[in-house]
This record gives sequence, structure tokens and C-alpha cells, in this order.
Amino acid sequence: MNTIIKNTDKKNTDTKITETKNTDKKNTDKKNTDKKNTETKNTETKITNTKTANTKTTAPGACGLHCIKTNGIGVTIGGNTILENINLHIHCGKLTTIIGRNGAGKTTLIKALLGEIKHQGTISFQNISKHEMSDLRVGYVPQHLNIAKNTPTSVYDLFASYISNTPVFLLKSKKIYNKVKESLAIFQAQDLIDKAVCDLSGGELQRVLLSIAITPTPNLLLLDEPVSGIDRNGMELFYKNIQLLKENYDLAIIMISHDFEFVKKYSDNVILLDKTIKKEGTPEEVLTSPEFKAAFG
Amino acid sequence: MEAIYQIIEGIIPFQWIQYDFMKNALLAILIITPLFGILGTMIVNNQMAFFSDALGHSALTGIAIGIIFGIADTNLSMVLFAMAFALVLNQIKRRKTVSTDTVISVFASLSTALGLVILSRGGNFSKYSSLLVGDILSITPIEIGFLLVIFVLTLAFWGFAFNKLHAVSINETLAKSKHIKVALIDNIFVVIIALIVMLSIKWVGILIINALLILPAAASRNISANMREYHAFSVLISMFSGVLGLVLSYYNNTATGPTIVIIAAIIFFITLSLKSFLK
Repeated sequence: MNTIIKNTDKKNTDTKITETKNTDKKNTDKKNTDKKNTETKNTETKITNTKTANTKTTAPGACGLHCIKTNGIGVTIGGNTILENINLHIHCGKLTTIIGRNGAGKTTLIKALLGEIKHQGTISFQNISKHEMSDLRVGYVPQHLNIAKNTPTSVYDLFASYISNTPVFLLKSKKIYNKVKESLAIFQAQDLIDKAVCDLSGGELQRVLLSIAITPTPNLLLLDEPVSGIDRNGMELFYKNIQLLKENYDLAIIMISHDFEFVKKYSDNVILLDKTIKKEGTPEEVLTSPEFKAAFG
Repeated sequence: MEAIYQIIEGIIPFQWIQYDFMKNALLAILIITPLFGILGTMIVNNQMAFFSDALGHSALTGIAIGIIFGIADTNLSMVLFAMAFALVLNQIKRRKTVSTDTVISVFASLSTALGLVILSRGGNFSKYSSLLVGDILSITPIEIGFLLVIFVLTLAFWGFAFNKLHAVSINETLAKSKHIKVALIDNIFVVIIALIVMLSIKWVGILIINALLILPAAASRNISANMREYHAFSVLISMFSGVLGLVLSYYNNTATGPTIVIIAAIIFFITLSLKSFLK
């Protein structure tokens, strides 16, 4: 099953090279304008945050014409079924939150969407206006990094490793340095560029990882419990940043969260997961459902 | 080779350089210590110190296998076995069913024991005991040629794929989301470690080869703030301890490998005490 999916994926990339290049260009163009937008809009979004989250209109940054569908995603590891029959339908400009108790398969679902673990079923990415399938670019914000204390990796080293091939052990390219700084500035993290990654606070690291995940802009952004180890102020800022992304970028966001207050306030869609989708709908629908009470007491 | 010898004699005014074995040793050190310095950075970052140590121990089995199959050049069987050993170990590590430490430990002890059993058959292990401590003065021009090849290979890998290797070491899932071929990069990395360890083990010795890989990078970490400083200091410390160790061991008539390790260890403690001032 898996090999078949891979094959078709490959074909897609082969034939769609020109298309993706075009969208890349558009994306970077867009990003530039977006950046200007975000700077001026910053104060504005803070005020309108809660309002836009609850209205059903599509955000100005998202075109609302892309959708990601998963069809019967299932994961079995060593005879244990961890996930089965997951059917998602996600639109750009929407934030979907996955909730569930420990061991419900939330992280596994994220890893399946990333293609890191073998799974049954298919994932498709569709442009509704053109009625065609495109390649899905996924951005990912991990829970933590494998960086020990005392590791001489600066934020520039970290960032440049993902976006360039100029070896970071040899040169600090001015061009890439400026590009990194620009990307970090989206989340007010530009001053961290020369700091060692292992010395960053939880919130600072989070903002750096967010900028890495959206450079280049993905179609789908996956966040795995991004607020663990962050204080209250940091969390507030983080949610504002997510809101900013939602409103100004053409992407869909899936996030694992334990913070129901946040779920209520910011998500468009909530999925209660326990091996399979137990309940799906608006935050109010899910958080007041009997399934939610059964899972969280 | 003669031309190179003459150049070395022309540059270095000391009396010890007149011996060909000292020239060979110096050349070997000038090639291999920068490599130790470079590779060490990522071995330490990936917390693979135990892995490279186990790799060194597998040399015994490699030689034993060569002898069983009657291969004239045990270098070959040693290198092939170490490469297979590294790849298998990597594969098992990726499955994540057992703790990595435990897997490595099991494999390291098995291969050491296997090698010792085969080599000590008939009671003449003493023939191979030089492997444990190593002898740099025995290095031949051909072996220097091998070192040069692996030197070029490693630099090419570092130049083309360092960023990817760095990304993989920081978070594999994140690297994967950026379309980096995680398994391929990781496998090339361990094969290069295997090659370098095997090609230098005869003159460095199984007992201390790991120290040469780890110490320069560990010392460099104490005083550097980014990848460029990390590499530069690591290479400098490695080369400095290498050359100084060779000269000191010549005058004091001691084994070269251990002398280099002692110098590198002293530098490590110096950088450790400097850390609070610099960072």
C-alpha cells in the first residue's frame, strides 16, 4: 500500500515541477507583502483576534481554495493498532486542534501526516478552483530539539541548515543571514539570530521553530504540543502568532493541544482523538459533547 | 614521495625530521588530526561517543575474519567489516525497540570477544597486541595515500551535506519535513566514521582512538558559540595536540597515541576553566 502511495507521489512531483516553482515564486512575493502587512497589522490583529476566530469568513491571507483530505489513515506498529480510519478534511486558513488523552495517537497522527511512519490510507491536497491535485508541503514544529546544553549551534546555524546548502561550519553568508533575520522578524525573533539555541527560553525557541516551519511557506503546518514548557505570557504571544499566521498566510494549521481555554478561543475546528476520531466539530460542539466528558472526566 | 620528504626537510629545522618514519608519521598526523577534529564535532553533537568506541573494538573482529578467510591484507577485511557493523548498528538504532546504549554495548562486546577468541587461537595473541596501543612510526606511504583519499571524501561530504547532517542531528522529524533524506545522510556519516577509525586504528590503537575523536570537539565546545568556531577550534586543537604529541613522544621515547591524548585532555581542562570567562 505504502509503496503505491509513494510512487504516485513521485509522479506528482515530476509532472508538477513547473507548477510548484510558480507557486514558490508567488509565495515569496506574497511573503514580502505579507510581512509588510503583519508589521502594520500587528496591533490591529491583537484587538480583532477573538472576533475573527469565531467568524466563518475566510481569512484575507488564505485563499480558501486549497483543501487537504486524508482518507482512511491507519497506523499499526508491531501488531498494535494505534490509529484507524482517520478521515480529515482541512481547508487553508483554518486552525484545527487535535485533543485527546495521553496515548490517544495524537503525535502518531502528526508523524503519519509527515510521512515519517508507515500508514495505510491516502493524503491528498487539492486546489478546488483548478480541480487538480498538487504536492503537499508540510511545515512542522517539534515539541523539543535534540540539542544538549553547551552545544555551539547558533540560531543562524540552525535556521541556515534547513534553507541553504552553504555549509554553516565554513561560512556565514550575508545573503542567508539577512534572509534568516527577515524570517525571524515575522515573530519578533530577529534579535535572537546570534544566540546559542541551547540558551533560548521555551518561548524564544518556539518562535524560532515557527519561523523555520513557515520558511518556505507550507500548505499545512503541524504543531506538536507547542506550548509545553512555556510560561503564561509566552503562551499568549504564541497564540497571537498563530492567529497572525492564520490571517496572513495561505496555509492550514493542525495543532495538538491540552489547553482547552486556547482551543475554545482560537480554533475553528476541534477533533477529539482516541485511536480514531471520536468527535469532530466546532470548539463548543466538541467541548460540551458526552465523548469529551468521557475522555477527560 | 621523495619530493615531499625534501620539502618537509626544507621546512622543518629539527633533527628528528631526518628519519623517514618521522616524516611519514608527521604527514599522517597532518592529514588525520584535522579529520578527527571535524568528525568529532558531529559525533559529540549526536552523542555518539559510545558508538565510535564500539566501532573501534570491531577492528579486532575485522582482522580475525580476514585471517580466517586468508585475505592477505587485513586492512580490507577490517574496513569492510566495520562498514557493515556501522550500518547494521544504525539500522537497529533506528528501529528504537531497544535502548541504543544497550544495543551498542551488546554488539561491541560481542565483536571484541569474537575477535579475541579467533586471534588468540593457538596462544599467539601477543602478535596482535600492538593493535591495542598502536604504532604511528610503522605507517607506510601507501597507508598515507589511503588517509588522503578518506580526507578528500570527508571534506566533500562535509562541504556538500553538512547542513543536512546538522539538521538531522537536531531533529529527525523536522529534517524529514524539509525533505532531507535522513537515513541516507546518517548512513554515509557512520560509514565515514568507520573508514577513518579503521584506517587510523593501527597507529593510534584501539584503546585510545575514541579519545582522539571526542576530545578536540569536547574541548572546542567549551569556548565556541557557533558552528564556525566549533569546527575551527576543534581542528586547531586536534592538529596542535597531534604534532606536539608526536614530537614529545620522540624525545621522551613514549607511545605517540597516548601522548597526543594526554595533551588533548590537558587542553580540554584548560578550555573548561576558560568557559566561564568566555561565555
